[in-house]
Amino acid sequence: MDLDLAGNLVIWDMIGWALMSAGALFAAIGVIGIIRLPDVFTRMHGAGMVDTGGAGLILLGLMVQAGPTLVTVKLILIAAFIFFTSPAATHAVARAALNGGVTPLVEKGTDHKKTKAREKGGDGKSSTT
Amino acid sequence: MLRAFSLGFVLLVLWGLLSGLMEPFLMALAVASVLVVVLISRRMDVIDHEGHPIQLGWRSIFYWPWLFWEILKSNLLIARVILGQPMPILPAVIKVKGSQKSELGHVIYGNSITLTPGTVTIGLERGELTVHALTKGTADDLKSGGMDRRVTAMMGDEKKYAAGAGGGEP
Repeated sequence: MDLDLAGNLVIWDMIGWALMSAGALFAAIGVIGIIRLPDVFTRMHGAGMVDTGGAGLILLGLMVQAGPTLVTVKLILIAAFIFFTSPAATHAVARAALNGGVTPLVEKGTDHKKTKAREKGGDGKSSTT
Repeated sequence: MLRAFSLGFVLLVLWGLLSGLMEPFLMALAVASVLVVVLISRRMDVIDHEGHPIQLGWRSIFYWPWLFWEILKSNLLIARVILGQPMPILPAVIKVKGSQKSELGHVIYGNSITLTPGTVTIGLERGELTVHALTKGTADDLKSGGMDRRVTAMMGDEKKYAAGAGGGEP
């Protein structure tokens, strides 16, 4: 039961740092994914990693560091807002890409519905402003 | 009316948590602001089962931890995919049906799919979701319908299109 200078248990500090490091790692891998993945739709999966695993774990680590204070409440609110808004943003990017005529890159051997995706991608030409 | 009171209560608690100051003058400002906001919201008619879904709040308490666990698992999976050499991706566009009875349920389902790395909802029409999946595993996982069942259970839709069919999202 070691205490640091502020009188907090050192173990919580370490757990916080571990969570933040894991979050940073996820964010970094997500960015690598954005670079490596081939098209806009697959890249969204990499971006999704950054704002779920990355941001989530970093915020969780910060909560552990802050302890049971008002700061933690605010961090929870930040996390909630990120988790409510990021799917909307991702969806907006996807719709914009589809309306702009981008067809999802689909590899053969799956039971995808390529033609339907094409139709969906092509039916929004009026909105390419 | 109950929704309006609930919204006011939530806003007051939010004010208190964000400011953390309990001076009478600031409290009076808080009450005044909340009253104005609730009145405007009522006039705009946005305090409904979608704007402020309170009915099934307790059910969402069980849904959130499960979703976080799924998100964490998918993150690990997609991290491995991204770092793979070569990347074992098999992108596919699949269609799944949402068994929820309300639009709010479909949106919660779609957002849950998007939040889980490896699957992104790119379209939603009359309960049919168009989903872009990164690998065969994530596509099959989605088609097995576990998440669909969980969202439906949270919405309480297996019984009926219950009292406004609220979810857990403010």
